[in-house]
Amino acid sequence: MKYADEYRDAAKALALSEKIKEVCIPGKKYKIMEICGGHTHAIYKYGITKYLPEQIELVHGPGCPVCVIPLGRVDDAISISQEDVIFTCFGDMMRVPGNKRSLGDAKAQGADVRIVYSPLDALHIAKTESDREVVFFGIGFETTAPATAIALKQAKELKLSNFSIFCNHVTIIPPLVSILEKEDTEIDAFIGPGHVAAVVGCQIFEEVANNYSKPVVVSGFEPLDILQSVYMIIKQFHDGICKVENQYSRVVPYYGNKVAIETINETMEVRPYFEWRGLGTIKNSGLKIRSEYGDFDAENKFYIPGIKISEPRACQCGQVLQGKIKPNECKVFGKACTPEKPIGTCMVSSEGACAAYYNYGRFAFAAK
Amino acid sequence: MYDWAMCLGIPGQIADISDEHYAIADVGGAKRKINTDLLLGQPLESGSWVLIHVGFALAIIDEEEAKQTLSLLSEMQDVYRQELEALSLSKAHQADQQGSSS
Repeated sequence: MKYADEYRDAAKALALSEKIKEVCIPGKKYKIMEICGGHTHAIYKYGITKYLPEQIELVHGPGCPVCVIPLGRVDDAISISQEDVIFTCFGDMMRVPGNKRSLGDAKAQGADVRIVYSPLDALHIAKTESDREVVFFGIGFETTAPATAIALKQAKELKLSNFSIFCNHVTIIPPLVSILEKEDTEIDAFIGPGHVAAVVGCQIFEEVANNYSKPVVVSGFEPLDILQSVYMIIKQFHDGICKVENQYSRVVPYYGNKVAIETINETMEVRPYFEWRGLGTIKNSGLKIRSEYGDFDAENKFYIPGIKISEPRACQCGQVLQGKIKPNECKVFGKACTPEKPIGTCMVSSEGACAAYYNYGRFAFAAK
Repeated sequence: MYDWAMCLGIPGQIADISDEHYAIADVGGAKRKINTDLLLGQPLESGSWVLIHVGFALAIIDEEEAKQTLSLLSEMQDVYRQELEALSLSKAHQADQQGSSS
């Protein structure tokens, strides 16, 4: 397999692999969820599962921001783009299918939808095209929320009247709790998302370790980081302990980035409920713009249809996002649903589990 | 296809601190204007390496970490190239953009 050849520092990987085997409890099965799509991508790119004994299974979690946007919110975004506005979004959002079409389709049909790199680009457009209304599609977990928060603060400082944000930011803990609260959940531990933790800190995962007895190890993105994190998790079971550990301390301070947390809290507040693709409606899981910044809230400026739309029956993104099935176990995977013509969001985003499987894993799995 | 790099972040080296909100960073060989508001109170100086997410410096990292991440990114050629392209097309993050409100 091509990507196995690219494995870096194979000797260290093999040594870690041996250490993991040594601390595994014989006969015990371990189901470890990697929360972050970046980890999913690295796991398949580097064929990390080959370095793990069969009793350890890695399953993918809900940490891909594009994957968890529900159909209805995409349709709401398309609805805004039909007004006399410049609608701006990150590149991947263009391809996410709504009920009938994507933002990319809306653009092809005449809407002024533009890809931006950063919310500050959207702000820049609002300043340079001051006769046009500019809307930014804010998505993502706590890694991108601070950027949106700073754009809001700048817009207020500049007293812009033609700029707003359609806020769809989400937070990391509620979907994990939602997965753990389900009766049939089989997750034993979590590999924590390194860069979300760089913002919010490792301590927010203590709720998962303390209330649900699931170890969490915040991990870096190198293949060896991920193997090391798996070792730390299995060692916790071996030693009979359960806690939050920080494998990625070279980047992540245990208490996160205080300024980033304060900036988010100053501009946004928790929504009582927010809908997630495949996970349903989850309490306190989304962020909305605070009333102090209400002039920049697209939900105050534009009509939002807010229609809840059921997911396509054939698509099993929901089960993939909860770690219940592997992407290749979905009926439409690789057939009706491909990165070129995705049905589900997990196939759209490069970070989505289905896309990662499709790009790196499908031949290997077919061969098994 | 920016997501994965969005998640991983890209390292940049601070070349010049413009003001209290912005710095010019060398990112993949090009000079870009990076917002530094999230590093308020941290010892940022010329030569520091930072982890950049959507044009914002999220954390100060050491050189070894930066080089490791760059090497990881260079293996993800398409993703990295697209991320750098997206950053180079970004108007708000051009190095000649002046001041914090530009």
